[in-house]
Formats: sequence, structure tokens, C-alpha cells
Amino acid sequence: MTSRVAFTVNGEKRTLDLDTRTTLLDALREHLKLTGTKKGCDHGQCGACTVIVDGRRINSCLTLAVMHEGDSITTIEGLGTPDKLHPMQAAFVVHDGYQCGYCTPGQICSAVAVLDEIKAGIPSHVTADLGSSPGLSVDEIR
Amino acid sequence: MRPFSYQRAKTAAEAAEAVAQAPGARFIAGGTNLLDLMKLQIETPGHLVDINGLGLDEIETTPEGGLRIGALVRNTDLAADTRVRKDYGLLSRALVAGASGQLRNKATTAGNLLQRTRCPYFYDTNQPCNKRRPGSGCAAIGGFSRNHAIVGASEACIATHPSDMAIAMSALDATVETVRPDGAKRKIAIADFHRLPGTKPEIETVIEAGELITAVTLPKPVGGTHVYHKVRDRASYAFALISVGAIVQKDGTGRVALGGVAHKPWRVEAAEAELPRGAKATVSAMLADAKPTHENAFKVPLIERALGAILTQARG
Repeated sequence: MTSRVAFTVNGEKRTLDLDTRTTLLDALREHLKLTGTKKGCDHGQCGACTVIVDGRRINSCLTLAVMHEGDSITTIEGLGTPDKLHPMQAAFVVHDGYQCGYCTPGQICSAVAVLDEIKAGIPSHVTADLGSSPGLSVDEIR
Repeated sequence: MRPFSYQRAKTAAEAAEAVAQAPGARFIAGGTNLLDLMKLQIETPGHLVDINGLGLDEIETTPEGGLRIGALVRNTDLAADTRVRKDYGLLSRALVAGASGQLRNKATTAGNLLQRTRCPYFYDTNQPCNKRRPGSGCAAIGGFSRNHAIVGASEACIATHPSDMAIAMSALDATVETVRPDGAKRKIAIADFHRLPGTKPEIETVIEAGELITAVTLPKPVGGTHVYHKVRDRASYAFALISVGAIVQKDGTGRVALGGVAHKPWRVEAAEAELPRGAKATVSAMLADAKPTHENAFKVPLIERALGAILTQARG
């Protein structure tokens, strides 16, 4: 069964007619040919599929494309290009922040969004004092 | 996944009606557990009703001085809310102990309560599982049961409920509010929300087909020191082997709920009277009927020590 959905990807409005079972991950990779985002485990356990939707990082493998009508989605392709690296991409290169590189696009999207989460004062399980905002510490980033 | 039709509901009434009308229909909110199970064909809804647009995503104060948490409030937002952090710290702590940032951004309050066990035999469709296929048997009993229940289990099923948030909700005496397809509303105490497996492990909650959770309410704050102690094989992003959610008052009284030990959050209010006498007395009372397996018997002393650490921390 198919359904139509329209959302913005990396600033561009896209409209798709999709089998309702299509995850956002498969919509991005197979239908929009944005293959930067990767399918690592397809079950929300590895983070390789992480994209940023309306400013929040999510696992694109555990959401249906049709659930994102009107949303604004950023993939790794929207963060930077080989000629114009996002500062997070440049930092991953400088600090050798990857091994095989397969899940790296997901980790970079996740890292960019994590900085916004810390800035927004969202606590994590290492946040010592719930009464204050988490600081930009090594433990919080980790 | 098996094919399904999809609709976006605009009102709670429409959503409840739609799920009641179409046999095998399910609500979808965050989808982080449902889609996981649909990919493995453990869940096979023929129709999905998307309830993300229902506007059930606010946290409001109640006339009693408590909080009403909309069913669609994302785990991240619930944990980060200043009122929750200040007056219901156990809930924040439990939420951020669970899953990953990506999952917490998508998962909802109601969905978190409704999530299903991560028992590997439930997940492996080649294995017998009375929960997944009633009457087929339980491969965990006599199998690898390190992560399974030590109390409240049955000969049909020894699975545990995986949620951290539910432990906090149990200790905080939450109430689940629902609406049924005929429009009738009801309130379910969290203690009554999840079932023990008994002879029907496939029925996990008292929620009926088409019944939509609209909110979870908390009573007015009780103060005290709030600690969520989660013991797991990894430092992050793993389910609990055991967890202890506790609220300890200055006079040594308080509340304790246990995770990783049963088919539901394990709270024994009568045992809480033992808290001033210490962890061992309290846990003995809470786990008096415990029947651990050979592989998970370690959970009992582990819980005693975890609660002991909490009580020391709360005193200091």
C-alpha cells in the first residue's frame, strides 16, 4: 500500500509516493539517492542511520517515511561536502575520529545534534546535578 | 514488514475508533519499539493509526499540585522538563539511564510503558515463545536466563519488562489515563497497568483493543532524595541487569521499585516499612517469593548491594 509524503531534505522540498513500509532511512537512500546515511543494524542499535529531523537526532531506521509529513530533515550531505566540510566533519578528520568510516556519517550527525542538546540543557545519565544544565564536558559528549 | 495501510488521526476519538474498527490495527507514535518488532514480523498490524498529530504532548500541572504528562511527550522532553528535574528527579534519572539520545528523542511516554520485552527467545522467531505464539513453550526456561525474571514469573514465561521510566513511574505512584473507542475514559494506577505473565504472557497490560493512552499523571511531589541505580554490563546503552529506583526521606522511610526482575516494575509497598532497617531487610521482604534460576540468582545480592549503596548515598 502506498502513501504520499512531502518533507524537506537538506533544504529542498521532496514529495514521494512510497510503500508505507518504507523507513525514512530507505526513503533517503533508495528513493532520494542520498546514500551518505548508512544502514548498520536496521534496529536502532548502532546509530549509523542517524539523521537530524527538526533539530533532533533520530535513528532513521526506526521511523517510517510517511510519518514525517512537513518535517525538515538534515542528512550528512546537508551538513557539508568534500569541498566545504562542516566543522564537525573537519574535526573528525583532524582527530582521526573513525575506523572504517561506515557509521561515521551517522556519528557526525549525532555529534552535531548532541552539541545542540547540551546547549539546550538536556541532561544525560552522567549529568551530576539535575538542577543545573549539563556543561560541555568530555563525559557529557561521550 | 507485512503490508499495512496508514492513516494520520486528527483527534483521539478518531484514533481510538479507527483502531477498534480495523482488526489488527495499532497506534503508532514514536514507533521505536513497534517498528523494531514489525521488521521481525513479531508484530504484524494490517493498519497503522499515526497519533503524532493529536496534540497530547504537553506537561501541565494538575489541580492537586501534580503533573499531567501527555502520552506523546518525548522521553527527552520529559527528562529535561524543569518541574520533573526539580520535583520528580527519579523520573529524569530513570529516563536518561535508558536507550540512546536518538531513541529518547523519538520515544513517547505512553510508548515507553507499552514497550515489549527484549527476551532473545521472544525476538527469535525460530524459538518457542508463549508470549509470541501462545502454547508453543518457553525457551528461556532452561535456556540462557541470565537476564530474566527472578520474581512474579510463571511456568509459561520468565521475561522481564525492560523500561527504566516505568520503574520511576511505579515509585512515583503514577496513573495512566485512557480513552476507549466509545469515548469512555478511565484511570489505571501504574501498579495495575502491567500484568504478570501467569498463563497468558501474551497479554502484557490491561489496555484493551482500541484503548488510547492520553496522559500519565503524577501526584504532588513527595520530596526526598531520588536515586535511580542501574546495573548493566556496559556503562551506557544497555538494558538493566537490575535497577533500583528509590525515594528516600530524611527519616529513613521511602519507596523502592525494582527493574530487570519481573514482567512489570516490582514494588512491594508493605516491604517499604523495612527501609529504616536497611537494604537486606527491605530486599528480603520485597523478594520473599523470588524464584531465581541458576543463571540469574546473582540478581538478589546485587539488588541488596545496590539498595545499600543508595541508602548510604541518601544518608550522606
